[in-house]
Amino acid sequence: MNFIQKLKRRFTQDESNEVSDTYKKGMEKTRNSFSGRINDLIARYRKVDEDFFEELEEVLITADVGVSTVMDFIDELKMEVKRQNIKDTKDTKEVISETLVSIYQSGDDESLSEINMQDDGELTVILVVGVNGVGKTTSIGKLAHSYKQEGKKVVLAAGDTFRAGAIEQLEEWGKRAEVDVVKQSEGSDPAAVIFDAIRAAKSRKADILICDTAGRLQNKVNLMNELGKVNRIIEREIPGAPHEVLLVLDATTGQNALSQAKTFSDVTNVSGIVLTKLDGTAKGGIVLAIRKELAIPVKYVGLGEKAEDLQPFEPDAFVYGLFAGMMDEEE
Amino acid sequence: MVFGGLADRLQDTFKKITGKGKVNEQDVNIMAREVRLALLEADVNFRVVKDFIKRVKERAVGAEVMESLTPGQQVVKVVQDELTQLMGGEQSSIAVADRSPTVIMMVGLQGAGKTTTSGKLANLLRKKQNRKPLLVACDVYRPAAINQLQTVGKQLDIPVFEKGTEANPVDIAKEAIAHAKEEHLDYVIIDTAGRLHVDHELMDELTEVKEITSPDEIFLVVDAMTGQDAVNVAENFNEQLDVTGVVLTKLDGDTRGGAALSIRAVTDKPIKFAGMGEKLDELEEFHPDRMASRILGMGDVLSLIEKAETQVDEKQARELEEKMRTMSFTFEDFLEQMGQVRQMGPLEDLMAMIPGASKMKGLKNAQLDDSQISQVEAIIQSMTIEERQNPDVMNASRKRRIAKGSGTSVAQVNRLLKQFNEMKKMMKQMSGGKPGKKGGGFKMPFM
Repeated sequence: MNFIQKLKRRFTQDESNEVSDTYKKGMEKTRNSFSGRINDLIARYRKVDEDFFEELEEVLITADVGVSTVMDFIDELKMEVKRQNIKDTKDTKEVISETLVSIYQSGDDESLSEINMQDDGELTVILVVGVNGVGKTTSIGKLAHSYKQEGKKVVLAAGDTFRAGAIEQLEEWGKRAEVDVVKQSEGSDPAAVIFDAIRAAKSRKADILICDTAGRLQNKVNLMNELGKVNRIIEREIPGAPHEVLLVLDATTGQNALSQAKTFSDVTNVSGIVLTKLDGTAKGGIVLAIRKELAIPVKYVGLGEKAEDLQPFEPDAFVYGLFAGMMDEEE
Repeated sequence: MVFGGLADRLQDTFKKITGKGKVNEQDVNIMAREVRLALLEADVNFRVVKDFIKRVKERAVGAEVMESLTPGQQVVKVVQDELTQLMGGEQSSIAVADRSPTVIMMVGLQGAGKTTTSGKLANLLRKKQNRKPLLVACDVYRPAAINQLQTVGKQLDIPVFEKGTEANPVDIAKEAIAHAKEEHLDYVIIDTAGRLHVDHELMDELTEVKEITSPDEIFLVVDAMTGQDAVNVAENFNEQLDVTGVVLTKLDGDTRGGAALSIRAVTDKPIKFAGMGEKLDELEEFHPDRMASRILGMGDVLSLIEKAETQVDEKQARELEEKMRTMSFTFEDFLEQMGQVRQMGPLEDLMAMIPGASKMKGLKNAQLDDSQISQVEAIIQSMTIEERQNPDVMNASRKRRIAKGSGTSVAQVNRLLKQFNEMKKMMKQMSGGKPGKKGGGFKMPFM
């Protein structure tokens, strides 16, 4: 059985059916253009040659994977094609998807995208960071909803005291998910809000505290220092916390996402990525480069506007989402 | 900057080719390859890059280059020309309707910055053109979006029209225009909800709003950090709504902003404004030529020169130079000069505009933090006039007083004094070497 069939079997037969459906549906637009182009490519080139690789490179670059990652990938693919003595482009499909997944998984364990939850009775603190407009507050709302569904007691901290309407936005999500929101007035010190929230979460015996922060461009030194302070307050109040620092990335973002991941990692210990807005035509390929260069895994992906459209990330399902069209055609 | 190396490589390639008296096809190919990589890393769309490189190559090996006296320079110029042409001319005007009010519709993806930009645009219209704008809250979907626009309106003291989240955006827009007429407001800025360009239902809603309000301008708001997908977004919005212009937001970040080029190429619509910060007065006219060099990572020399020209008084600069030469430079001059530099904008921005600055040793990792400058200012302001003019009178008790007055420590005061002395020494060396030279000797002391 080849790799694609294996993926297909896994996602159409076992219990993760529901997950793959959300991916399949959410990434419909992404996939149509991506796998459509690969299929087209394979149809046009029968023989595996330089031109074929060049066009494949193009397809990957347009997925925002980034030039250097793409070049490495193509090199690896060429080697693999040579090793397996593949001549027909049809036979490259499997190698392509396999190599793509392997960039992502590069030797790490399976629990990669799991959230570092503390034992029962202990507070798990999740700090959410990112540049402006990527969907931090919305993602927090969705996270709160899903943790609440799991029966956890969740508290949200309205740490974005800068943007107009940010506190109200989080409160609205809090209301929808029926979880408490700790806030102060707009313009107050975010570190103080987080401090209060930690105290409140402890005294209310919450399981999870999710801290919102204001969007900030990573080249603003003062704002990054402010974030460092928030991080230190959490470290000081709860040893070992924050247990997760989630960097929210917009899937439409190009190469700058790498700079974002790098700089935010300098100030906080970014442990995972939330890739939002994957339901558009953007492919979010930059997460491959981030994974390769900085070893930060994706933990959640946003596949739609509804609360349940934020899904735990599964690399296989992600690639399945990209290639589903191709797999259907295989039948 | 993660890919600073790439820009440096491109500059090296340019430098090499510029010096050449003869350029062959291989030289052009090497350069074309580097330009291609730079553009792709800057997020310019693949298709756009391909066309661009093709045109550059054609022109670069053509007669206009080969027959020129400085073919090397000519090749670089071809790249620049083509880029500038692709970016289009400067156009930051806003339409005015024959009959008030003029209607502007703001559209774009989620998180692009429509609400903030609406506020900034209203502020700009009022401040620069003396208009009376009305902000209209048509984002009934995102939680607290209306609230956000109201807060922005309150901060600017500009009226906001809203009908809650239950109303239909089409009705809201229609009523808002009637309201503007009644109140004699001459601009109506409609803030619509962010939506995916592939969401047919919501895109149809925009078409309806367009039909009912017949806007004079439809601005597509795009995040400058957008990657390859920028073409799809721009193409879709443009096809459906025939936008009249683009606003590029978050350009104060460190993105190269290749999306600007892609959008221009696929829509042929002008980029009119650029969002340059979180504050509500930070919306600027868009300069295509500068954007072109930013995308290539060539530094925004032009902007820097222009900024320096407007902000630094020529006469003051000459006086300062004189003082440097005669060693009569005091803390007061220092303070004044710092003020001038600050007027030019945040230091980091200034540094980013100098090509090769990322390569300079020491500067590379220097955190040019505006707050440090504020600290220096505070220290100097806590000095007496005597101390400013003659720092030699400084003793321990004076230093303690200054530290207290400026909220710093004696160590920080000492550091500044030391730096100041070193700077004076350096100035003497610098100006002593070429005393007759005019103008060119002006340097910023803390660079």
